[in-house]
Amino acid sequence: MTPRVGVITFPGSLDDKDAARAVRIAGADSVALWHADADLHSVDAVVLPGGFSYGDYLRCGAIAKFAPVMEKLVDAANGGLPILGICNGFQVLTESHLLPGALTRNDHLHFICRDQKLRIENNTSAWTSDFNVGDEILIPLKNGEGGYVADEKTLDELEGEGRVIARYLEINPNGSRRDIAGITNSRGNVVGIMPHPEHAVETLTGPTTDGLGFFSSLLKSLVNDGKVSA
Amino acid sequence: MAIVVVDVALKPEILDPQGRAIVSALGRVGLSGVADVRQGKQFVLTIDGEIDDAKLAQINEIASTLLSNPVIEDFTVQVRR
Repeated sequence: MTPRVGVITFPGSLDDKDAARAVRIAGADSVALWHADADLHSVDAVVLPGGFSYGDYLRCGAIAKFAPVMEKLVDAANGGLPILGICNGFQVLTESHLLPGALTRNDHLHFICRDQKLRIENNTSAWTSDFNVGDEILIPLKNGEGGYVADEKTLDELEGEGRVIARYLEINPNGSRRDIAGITNSRGNVVGIMPHPEHAVETLTGPTTDGLGFFSSLLKSLVNDGKVSA
Repeated sequence: MAIVVVDVALKPEILDPQGRAIVSALGRVGLSGVADVRQGKQFVLTIDGEIDDAKLAQINEIASTLLSNPVIEDFTVQVRR
């Protein structure tokens, strides 16, 4: 059976179509999920896409966490459902306390849009198992509030438990503590990343196809967990 | 009618790049000697009827879940009668 991967659309989501396309290119079926529908429709995994949910009013991701679909998503995350939050999706995951820390205004105050080199630091999460630790990838980055912050104790825990999944290479584009570009929860099913793997899945439209690894990792994890057949 | 004011500020250890930009702007408009600026948010809630302890507790709960993010921000709640 082909895995079914849900992509949630909030008012103001921008990258839901690209996320759905990346899911399909990786070989899964994409399922459109709606913020106001408190039902995950039995999907095997969920992507929270980038954009400006609820206009980024109050704080990025703050209002999205109270969307009807989010209550179901938090329960499912705690039950082990693989969830990937990209950019605004990462902000929604930290606001929902599914991942620690917070994303704050870029230290230089400018919105940044560039192709960003990253180093993969963890290949045991549901979304990174198809990489090797140390792989260098190039994917687009575009954010105004992408500075990852957490207290020192949390940062030490993330490092100690190998939960930093990717770090910025060459430049730190937004002032993120310890060059952190993405993290996972301790179970490894919930991943948040600030740059955009879904924009790097075809050379026609992206700088590389390096982003595909996140989605092929998911498919591999679902097969390994016996959720779907190979 | 009662007015409840919720002030939200970044925790001291969180960098405030907007505050830093304001410090340099203050210098340009001629106000010298400003060592630091921290930018926050203020929410003014106009409540129907009187504020009792239960309502105040509810507002405190909402201040810590929706109006502020306790990971990076502190808040205060004041009732203006």
